[in-house]
Amino acid sequence: MFKIVDKKVLNPTVTRIDVYAPYVAKKAEAGQFVIIRATEDGERIPLTVADYDREKGTVAVIFQIVGATTYTLNQLEVGDSVADFVGPLGNATHTEGLKKVAVVGGGVGCAIAYPVAKKLHEQGCEVHSIVGFRCKDLVILEDEFRSVSDKYVLMSDDGTAGTKGLVTDALKNLIESGENYDEVIAIGPVIMMKFVCRLTKEYNVKTIVSMNPIMIDGTGMCGGCRLSVGGETKFACVDGPEFDGHLVDFDEAMKRGASYKEWERHKYEETCNLFKKEVK
Amino acid sequence: MPNMSLKKNPMPHQEADVRNKNFDEVALGYTPEQAMDEAERCLNCKNKPCVGGCPVMVHIPEFIAKVKEGAFEEAYQIISESSSLPAVCGRVCPQESQCEKYCIRGIKGEPVAIGRLERFVADYHNANCKEKPVKPQSNGIKVAVVGSGPSGLTCAGDLAKKGYEVTVFEAFHLAGGVLVYGIPEFRLPKSIVQKEIDTLKDLGVKIETNMVIGKVVSIDELIAEYGFKAVFVGSGAGLPKFMNIPGENLNGVYSANEFLTRINLMKAYKENASTPIKRGTKVVVVGGGNVAMDAARCAKRLGGDVHIVYRRTLDELPARKEEVEHAMEEGIIFDLLTNPVKINGDENGWVSSCTCIKMELGEPDASGRRRPVAVEGSDFDIEADVVIMALGTSPNPLIKSTTEGLEVNKHGGIITDENGATSVQAVYAGGDAVTGAATVILAMGAGKTAAKAIDDMINGK
Repeated sequence: MFKIVDKKVLNPTVTRIDVYAPYVAKKAEAGQFVIIRATEDGERIPLTVADYDREKGTVAVIFQIVGATTYTLNQLEVGDSVADFVGPLGNATHTEGLKKVAVVGGGVGCAIAYPVAKKLHEQGCEVHSIVGFRCKDLVILEDEFRSVSDKYVLMSDDGTAGTKGLVTDALKNLIESGENYDEVIAIGPVIMMKFVCRLTKEYNVKTIVSMNPIMIDGTGMCGGCRLSVGGETKFACVDGPEFDGHLVDFDEAMKRGASYKEWERHKYEETCNLFKKEVK
Repeated sequence: MPNMSLKKNPMPHQEADVRNKNFDEVALGYTPEQAMDEAERCLNCKNKPCVGGCPVMVHIPEFIAKVKEGAFEEAYQIISESSSLPAVCGRVCPQESQCEKYCIRGIKGEPVAIGRLERFVADYHNANCKEKPVKPQSNGIKVAVVGSGPSGLTCAGDLAKKGYEVTVFEAFHLAGGVLVYGIPEFRLPKSIVQKEIDTLKDLGVKIETNMVIGKVVSIDELIAEYGFKAVFVGSGAGLPKFMNIPGENLNGVYSANEFLTRINLMKAYKENASTPIKRGTKVVVVGGGNVAMDAARCAKRLGGDVHIVYRRTLDELPARKEEVEHAMEEGIIFDLLTNPVKINGDENGWVSSCTCIKMELGEPDASGRRRPVAVEGSDFDIEADVVIMALGTSPNPLIKSTTEGLEVNKHGGIITDENGATSVQAVYAGGDAVTGAATVILAMGAGKTAAKAIDDMINGK
């Protein structure tokens, strides 16, 4: 069992928990992920490492409540424990030698983009963070991003926070205005990463994306997380989770990601109803 | 007077059209009377050819002699001198190509049902023996075992019996490796695996789950920082193989590993499970090994019409004969001399059919088996909403890539000598991580050999 030592509600649908997992904390790096089972009979889900504290032995994950498992996870409070917490899995973000990078985050993907921006900033890289949300209420990690970014551009779909528009609009403006990036790192919904890559391909800027497909073991055993990258099948858990975005088949990834959508919707409703009954 | 019947006592089974709708165990086990009667078929021959056919050298005639007398617990004690997992082996060993293959009774008629007797004895012990095994006096020397599958558990058990302080590291949340994620409940009930693991814990073996060695702690660190004097790597099979044909990434295409893990480890076959699985109505399983049979029989139990597509004939099918027979009895259709060339999908990215081509057998290939050759223009479609690829696996790269100096062969299997020693001092390996996909008992044999080699190494022999 792994104890939750801190919990913060970042917005109505996004929560951060810090979990005591000293072995994982000792090795975790930005870009890697863990697999969590919230309860003994629960499902295994991959969540990317949002932060870690090697001295306290804690690892933070930030998750959006999208289904039964994340709903259940969000019911746990400080002092409760998650049944299983395995990691760090996957490969760390490669940041060596980068001098100027645009970090693009979308929605809850910003939780993963932030530690990457932080790592780049700490090694002296010029960081331009471009983050997008649906609306003002959903904005997360604004202060954190500002503290590690040379430029911070906030976008929202409805214009209630920052500038109205998409992250691709902002990125295009920056590139057009003469910013020369060694690399763009885009982390967010698959559809966002797809359009960021379409844009950067036009300008021939190398782009790394972080994929978060369905997984079970996370160690290269089940093959559920496979993706087409440059026409070859790759496993996100051992070959990724980061890939050259110009080679990823995003349309396929979106379809695979929706495999259990209908099933999950039912399960989510059941779980919500169950918890509501308990509250009464 | 020995029982000179040419046939084994038949194994009682659940009826085929009943069992293909549930996940309860198929084979029900001998009664004491059946077991004693079968034991009478053993001639107790002097040169014991059966023992030589067993990778862990169970003292077969000796335990069978005890069964004849009805001294079942004594029989168990004899088996457990050599085997850490008798209830498992009695169920999943390919006895027909091991101990029973060499049985003298098999020359004229059927061999003694050694596997069924082993299972009977182990089940008798588990049901009746309330005494816990005694933890041996510790020698204070720590040994790490990576992976809690059959090779790791065997190695751990043998070392614990010698007094070593053994810690087993498991990546999943539950110990057992392929015994819990791969082999289905109806062939190997998980309560039996748990019982065998509990026995090892009573012997003092510690099991640490959620530990992906190579990621969270490296092999070098286990030795240099955590004080282990030796490490046994039994990390098992790795990346599932695919055919590299169009459509393999459509929704509804599973590797057998994923399909079986969802069902066996995550219990997706149960109504209230939190892990989803696509219940196919028309299922195609590609491959002919035991894993293909397991996947097909699971898919059948989830309510599908199941076809096994295999490119050679029944004679070349690598699965155990018994598994093939069981699959056929349960209504699984075998499309032999058939090979998929393409998987077709619908507009939402789900599988809709599988295009196959007919094969014929040509000249023998490197494996000595006649090579299947495609018959031009013979393509046809099989309707399918789930396709399961059971084509084997390649060893897991995690440990190799994080252990300096660990040599692997061109397939990625760890290279060892005949005692399981790797190219790294004090690091041993066995099971599928070395051989690629093989059997439970071969992995157990490798774990046993390595345990002895580790003991010899530490004692400076």
